[in-house]
Amino acid sequence: MLRITNLHASAGDKEILKGISLEVKAGEVHAIMGPNGSGKSTLAQVIAGHPGYAVTSGSIEYMGQDLLELDAEERAQQGVFLAFQYPVEIPGVTNAYFLRAAYNEIRKSHGQEEADPIEFLDIMEEKLKLVEMDATMMQRSVNAGFSGGEKKRNEILQMAVLGPKLAVLDETDSGLDIDALRIVAGGVNKLKRADNATIVVTHYQRLLNYIIPDFVHVLAGGRIIKSGGKELALELEAKGYDWLLEPAMSNAGA
Amino acid sequence: MTTPTYITQFRTLADAPSAQGETPSWLPALREAAFERFTSLGFPTTRNEDWHFTSVTPIVEKTFKAVSAAPTTLTLSDLEPYLVDAGWHRLVFVNGRLEPALSQFSELPADVQLSPLSDMLREEPEWMEKHLGKLAAFDSAAFTALNTAFMQEGIVLRVPKGEVVEVPIHVLHVTDANAAGAAIHPRMLVVADEQAQVMLIESYIGLGGASYLVNGVAEVVVGDGARVDHYRIQRESVDAFHVGTVQVTQGRDSIYHSFSYAAGAALSRTNIYTKLANTGGEARLNGLYVLDGSQHADHQTFVEHLAESCASRELYCGVLDGQSHGVFNGKVYVDPIAQKTDGKQTNKALLLSPQARVDTKPQLEIFADDVKCTHGATIGRLDEMALFYLKSRGIGGENARALLTYAFAAEALETIEIDALRLDLERQVFERFTHTQLL
Repeated sequence: MLRITNLHASAGDKEILKGISLEVKAGEVHAIMGPNGSGKSTLAQVIAGHPGYAVTSGSIEYMGQDLLELDAEERAQQGVFLAFQYPVEIPGVTNAYFLRAAYNEIRKSHGQEEADPIEFLDIMEEKLKLVEMDATMMQRSVNAGFSGGEKKRNEILQMAVLGPKLAVLDETDSGLDIDALRIVAGGVNKLKRADNATIVVTHYQRLLNYIIPDFVHVLAGGRIIKSGGKELALELEAKGYDWLLEPAMSNAGA
Repeated sequence: MTTPTYITQFRTLADAPSAQGETPSWLPALREAAFERFTSLGFPTTRNEDWHFTSVTPIVEKTFKAVSAAPTTLTLSDLEPYLVDAGWHRLVFVNGRLEPALSQFSELPADVQLSPLSDMLREEPEWMEKHLGKLAAFDSAAFTALNTAFMQEGIVLRVPKGEVVEVPIHVLHVTDANAAGAAIHPRMLVVADEQAQVMLIESYIGLGGASYLVNGVAEVVVGDGARVDHYRIQRESVDAFHVGTVQVTQGRDSIYHSFSYAAGAALSRTNIYTKLANTGGEARLNGLYVLDGSQHADHQTFVEHLAESCASRELYCGVLDGQSHGVFNGKVYVDPIAQKTDGKQTNKALLLSPQARVDTKPQLEIFADDVKCTHGATIGRLDEMALFYLKSRGIGGENARALLTYAFAAEALETIEIDALRLDLERQVFERFTHTQLL
């Protein structure tokens, strides 16, 4: 589904990603872990098409097409979804309006008919249950005045409504208490299918108790320095990142 | 500065036999004093500090005449899109004339008095002498002087002690093609006695696409413990000129809540001035201006903290496209005796085109030492992170920009406490930017 090959990306004149290669197949869950400043969030945003990053070399192939050729909205229409670390507040625009607008834009891009407000309410009712959100949330402005947990649940709600093929969750666990974490992870697990894939970006192993990854990759200094199975996350939890970083850094310096 | 035409017009008005007979004896002297003041002041120029960013040359060059007294052909269905809520008390003026057939205010509580200005001058000259022109000083305000000299019609609202008027009062000032080339000087006097509460909406609507001048003056007395909510909705014709001055005085523990929406007129200037004259008063002055083409809209607010423990809150937002020009000048004066003053002023402008321009000038004069006064002004473009957020959900290009522009404006609209009015303006602003319907 996704093949990243030797990806280099910069913000301004600062190179952040220094040669990332990663392959994600349908049905898989990949965890990207790593210390702060390692480039995890940058990778997530580059996949989603953030205009603030320039890809200087390498490629991203998604569903057989060149993802880097597509604008952010085209990527979303093709099934790429990013759950933001810091969801943006949009005062004055209700969640209901926002979600329906996004849902219909994606349908339109596939030549499908738009859902009218009544049809859309039915779709919403079912999705709200998935993240244990009250219907009144739909009449509130997008993320405005939401608690940290509400914002993250709202991201998963959007994911549920838009039904992406490739979901990238950027630090979705940060700032969540254990109940919110359970709800968010539960939502992600219920959305998992054989024909979609998930990339979970996280600093901590905690989320991976709830969303079990098939593969774990450790990102440091803009490179993947180690890949393994779900047991790698537990090892990182027990030993921290330092044991991996030191040899990697000395290699880089050599 | 003053063209001879205005002098001829004034003499015609002042010397007419009808004027001699009908007006109370004190009124001609007030008009004469105001007109004399206007002739010596002349129209303001950009050398005047209060008019630095706004040139009224287009108004000076036009020489507007008195409006023709033709009866209106407008019907209620023509006004339907502007009523907001047909259940509100309503006074409709067309080209400055009250149209009783289009109005409905008989359901007001019996002790609330809502009357045309001309009736009040005839029926209660002594009460009117005590109030009219007492707040709206024209010593240094040429447009207020001009209004005082030429005012013909308007409304007087008196809300007695403890009376809470539950249903808003909507005053519509409508102009049609017959207003072309004319000047209209609506006048309003509002006296809310102790503990009284009233919600007032003034809508200025241009239907005929004509070029005309509306120069309104309102005087508002908010008594002790009283509350007045005052909304001004300015949707004049794009070739029209609008000057509006509101002068308020507030009693102990009173609330004056003002909202100014400016979307019409080629050139508009709105002055909202309030005096917090007694302890515990609160002034909330908010507004939104939405401009395009070569429109120019100027807001000047002035809050005078003249007593202890008063609060003022201001939020003005502007969205500017085309070559439009917005001005916000927020003056706050804190008197030496006004300790424990709590003032906050925020002014935000969003520029949608490289040719749009905004001039913003917070002006704080603080002479007390135990006060909390802040102001903040931001001028910007759409937030890139927010744009990316919308794009990442499949909402691209123009749609994303439109939605965020609406969201920017909505922050100001959220301060509107009358739900029907807020929804109406949200709908208008939403449709203006997104060209789709808000549901």
